[in-house]
Formats: sequence, C-alpha cells, structure tokens
Amino acid sequence: MDNLVEIKGLTIEFPMRAGTLKAVNQADFSIPRGQITALVGESGSGKSTLASAVMRAVTSPGRIAAGTIRFDGEDILALSRKQLQAYKWERASMVFQAAQNALNPVVRIKDQIIETYRAHRSGASEKQIVDKARDLMDYVRLEPDRVLQAFPHELSGGMKQRVMIAFSLLLDPQLVILDEPTTALDVITQAYIFDILVKIHKEMDITMLLLTHDIGVVAKAADRVGVMYAGNIVEAGSVYDMFKRPKHPYTAKLMKAVPSLYDDLSERKAIPGSPPDLLRMPPGCPFAPRCEHAFDACRKASPSRVVWPGGHEASCHLHPDSQTVSIAEVRTS
Amino acid sequence: MSVRELELEREPLRRSRELARADGQQALMSLEGVSLYYERRRGMMAPAEQVGAVVDVDLDIYPGEIIALVGESGCGKTSLGSVLTGLAKPTSGRVLFQGADIAGLKGERYQDFRGGVQMVQQDSYAALNPIRTIYQSLSAPILQRKIVKGRKAARARVIELLETVGLTPPDRFLDKYPHQLSGGQRQRILMARAISLNPKVIVADEPVSMIDVSLRISILNLMAELNRKLDIAIVYITHDLATARYIAERGRMAVMYLGRVMELGGVDDVLSQPRHPYLQALLSAVPTPDPDIAKAMLELPLRSLEMPNAARPPAGCRFHPRCPHAIDLCSQEEPQLRPVGASEAACHLAEQTLAGWQERMAAIRASRDS
Repeated sequence: MDNLVEIKGLTIEFPMRAGTLKAVNQADFSIPRGQITALVGESGSGKSTLASAVMRAVTSPGRIAAGTIRFDGEDILALSRKQLQAYKWERASMVFQAAQNALNPVVRIKDQIIETYRAHRSGASEKQIVDKARDLMDYVRLEPDRVLQAFPHELSGGMKQRVMIAFSLLLDPQLVILDEPTTALDVITQAYIFDILVKIHKEMDITMLLLTHDIGVVAKAADRVGVMYAGNIVEAGSVYDMFKRPKHPYTAKLMKAVPSLYDDLSERKAIPGSPPDLLRMPPGCPFAPRCEHAFDACRKASPSRVVWPGGHEASCHLHPDSQTVSIAEVRTS
Repeated sequence: MSVRELELEREPLRRSRELARADGQQALMSLEGVSLYYERRRGMMAPAEQVGAVVDVDLDIYPGEIIALVGESGCGKTSLGSVLTGLAKPTSGRVLFQGADIAGLKGERYQDFRGGVQMVQQDSYAALNPIRTIYQSLSAPILQRKIVKGRKAARARVIELLETVGLTPPDRFLDKYPHQLSGGQRQRILMARAISLNPKVIVADEPVSMIDVSLRISILNLMAELNRKLDIAIVYITHDLATARYIAERGRMAVMYLGRVMELGGVDDVLSQPRHPYLQALLSAVPTPDPDIAKAMLELPLRSLEMPNAARPPAGCRFHPRCPHAIDLCSQEEPQLRPVGASEAACHLAEQTLAGWQERMAAIRASRDS
C-alpha cells in the first residue's frame, strides 16, 4: 500500500518533576495516501501528541526522543526551519481541537485568510486570494459574501468549524489532520460537517487523519483505523476488520463499551478499571491490568506487533505469531 | 430505609420498571402548561425579546420511572430540568410535587420538596467545593437536615453512601479532595450526595458527557441501579440518544425542539418508530458504531441546518422550515401532541412520516444483509 506518512518507533517524552512521561511510546503507524485514517483513543491516550509530531508542533517541554516520521518519503524531523515553513500548511495542515477558538476575535475572516496566505506566498494579489477563499467557502457550504466580511463572534459554532476546515484547505495540502473536529457541536451539525469532510476528501483527493474518541464517527467516516491506549498503538487495520474482527482485547472492549441505537443493550459493558497513570506504567502490556484475557507473559513483557494480510496489525500476547484468530473466536472457544 | 439493607448485587441490570402510566399510578411530579421565557436584549437600546426556553409543556413523572429528556443544545431540556428542581420559576403554568403546587409550598412541605428532588450536574469538578474533603461535602447536607445526629453517625452514613455508589474501600475516599479523584469517581460522589437526602426524583443533566467513553456505561449502570434499588425516579437530560436508550430502556423519552415536546413515549417505541421528522433527522445524524449502517446514513433528511431564532419561532409548526415533508398546513397551524400508535407526537403528518422512515430503514437493512 502506498503510504503518505510513515511513522516508525516514535517516542515523545515530557520530562516532569515526578519523572519522564511517555505520551507516545515506540509508535509505528502509517497513513495511506488518499484515504481517511482515524486514530481512536480516550483522553490522554496520546493521539493528539502523535498528530502534533506529524505537524512538527510538539510543544515544550515535550520532545521527540526517538523514531522517524516520513512524509512522502522525506524525513520531516530533519527539515530546516525554512523547509518547515514550506511543509506546514502547504503540505500538511491541521484543524485543532476547539478550532472555533482558533480564530482571531478582532479580525474579519477575510483578512485572516489573506494574512495566512501571504505568510506562505507573499506575491499573491488580494483578488487571487479572495477568489480562492470564496471557492472554499462555497465548498464548505457557507455564504462567501456574508462569512468573509464577518467577525468570528457573528458566526455559530458549526460555521466557525467550517471556516477552519476551509482554512486548512487554503494552500492545497496533501494531508489534513482533524483533531476532534465535531466534539463541541450538536449531532445534526456534526453529521453535516462529516458530510462535507467526506465530500472534500473524495473530490479533492485529500488524505485525512481524524483524531477522535467517538467510535460512531470512525465507523461513519474512516477507511482505516488505529487504536491508541496509554501512548501505544495497540491495533490498526481497515474499518471493517477493526469493527468485525478486532484482534486486541482493548479494541473489542471499546467497541462494546459504547451504547448504540441499534444493538442489543445487554452486550454493552464498561471496561473495568481505568487507564494507567502514564508516570507509573505497568510492566508488560499497558492494558494487562484491565484485560480479562491477561496471563503471565502480559504482565512481564511488552507484546510485539503482529501483521496479518490486508494490513491488519495488533500488539497483543494472545497473538504470538500470525495466527489468524479474532478475539471473538478466542472468547467463544 | 438504610442503604445497607439494599445490598447491591452486581448482576447485569435490566433497568427501570415497565411504563409507569400503564398501572394507573399517580404522578409524582406534574408539569401543567409550563412555559419559561427569558428576556434578552441585543444592544443597549434594543427592545427586550422574549425567548421561549420552555413552551407550554405538560409532562408527568411517575414514581420510580426513568424518563429521558433529549434534544440539541438550546432545545430547552436544561431549562426544563431547572423548572423541575425549583431553580427556575416558570413564567406560566404549574409544577406539582406530590399533588401540591410548588409555588405555594412553605415550611416543612417546601423542605420535603427540596430534599425530594435532587440534581446531578454535568461538570463534577465544578459541582464540588474544591477545598472540602469528600467527607465534608457528603456529611454537610445530612447533618444540616438532621438525617443523622452526631459526627459518628454521619461518618457511618457517608461510608454507606460511598459503598452504595461503588467507591470501595470507602476509607480511601473520605479524606480526599475532589481534584484527587478521576472524573468517573467524582460523578459517583455527586450521585452519593444526591441520594443522601432520600430523594424521590433525581434530575441528572448530562451526567456522563464529560467522562471517558470506556467508563460511561458504568455510571449509567449505577444510575439504573439506584433507580431500581432505591426506587428513585430519574430524569435523564441528554443530547445523546444512544445513552438515553441505554439507561431508559424500559422507561420513557421526551424529545424537545425549540422549547416544545415533539414526541413522547416508551423509549423502544419512540426510537424504533420515530413519528416526528425532527426525531428522524436526529436519529440519522447519530453516528452508529457499525460501518455498514453508519456509511449508509450519510444523508440527513433536513431542508436546512440552521436552528431558527428562539425569540421568533416560525409560525405554525416550529420545525416546518427545516422539515422535508412540510405542507401548507404546517406553516399555519401549530400541531399539538396527539396519540400516534403507542406514543404521542406533535406532527400533522406523523403517520406518513413514520411509514416513510420504516421503508428507508428496511432498505438499509436489506442492503447490509445482501
């Protein structure tokens, strides 16, 4: 498979008074070109930190302690300051969480767009930029005339979110990262924004990385899914593999922990316990203390990654080598 | 009644009692034609606008039932919760608690109402005093109300309460401060505080929306357990239809839009046979954790995304400008809640829209199974 982004052995550390916290621990993860990849995890699982590394935006005191990130084959951790400026926003852009608050409250939307555009392409004429902005506003189904002249407070939350999506597309990036793009919005607005995102993805052929804790959103929008737990990528695969044939007990439990509108309610169960303290990580598999399948090896050694055909991969001692059994099969046997 | 007598079993819960109304029980609380208007001024010189947060709502709450109030932000569900708990006085209409209008309650009967209707808030961190220990926060109300006498009895009761809400061993929590607990644990403390005064009703406003997904179900189970074991009625206010379905499986659901109840009935019936086009749009918008169904549901049955201004609701049916089925009648006459099958809906075309929904769902299921 052709990967736009390839992350290998990525470790991101935050030195704290009480010790060093590994927000991301030896993560291997790839983002296939031309697909929507979702990264799922609970708060604190490290998904936003991992994504900020792809944008080269890990904030101090965090630091990338090990690993490589290749974007279109190029090592982006080695980029110079100048090269970085041409990378950020022009090749990869990000819509941050609570993006509604990312707009400058005292500047009209139009002027914010012009400023951003000229920071990258200083020669562009105002007309050129405004024409482009109009097209993008149309694309996210906003009225260009009204919105470009507006200040942020004149727009609703859903409208501001769509402005930020338009912003992320301004310099024709290959990759757009969306961090919880609909979390603070109502379900109807949320559904509408995903409509738009899927359309943008298909028509403009943009690769997307979607960070979310909502597995319903994943089922709706994603082609490929990675699951993070306590800084580790525990499983990754196609959306159908992940929902129908999960290999890692955490993935299987996460799918069962979310009430839905259609399933049998008696199957829904919370995952016992709570995620580990990242400063006091258990030895072995990070999920072992909450896992009903855990045995001795799980509490001693970190599981290694096993890859199945079709790019489905998981790190779990239940799969010592590439046996193709799923958790569901383990449970019923 | 001692909490310890209730000895909580850990079996999977099968929730609330059957539809309370069927047994001809008398309502514990009743809202009669309740409206709540807020005044809003846009700019200093602008005339005041009347914003209808709750408009002409009739609703009965039966002893020991679970009823979910659902809708999007701004639909009035939280305002309705404030009216139920006595925090907001309705602009018009009456709120009855055990048959008596709460506006006229005095002395002991007023205290009965205040103790009898408790609230659980969304933000558990903001709802607890940060400089008081859990013991202090939980013992103050029961000492003040003389439910227990003396520090020793208070301590014993607080320990009981912590056990009831599943915080064990209780000694570990007594002297902790709120910031030392996780969100899920703090939410359990709020539950303990709510049940400490032996209430008849708990109004829970988005109690799980700030909790990690893997732990949400355990809080919902706890609420269902308190409902069943202590016979406390629960009004569950949420925007999340799936958790409402989970907690109130055999209870009822009221769907609100722009201050009005649009659909009311048993949860299963309302969700499997949505009669109101607004509920159908909401159901289509909820992302389902099943890739086949979720990807089939991309299109929303709505004409417009924008919610109308609550200060100037559309004439006729408040939903008609967004409704894909609207006819002339809908812009002229406001539909009232009326029986449609086993539930009630406020829609002129409920029968037709329900039939249309069922065809659509059948088509999705057929394409998934093929």
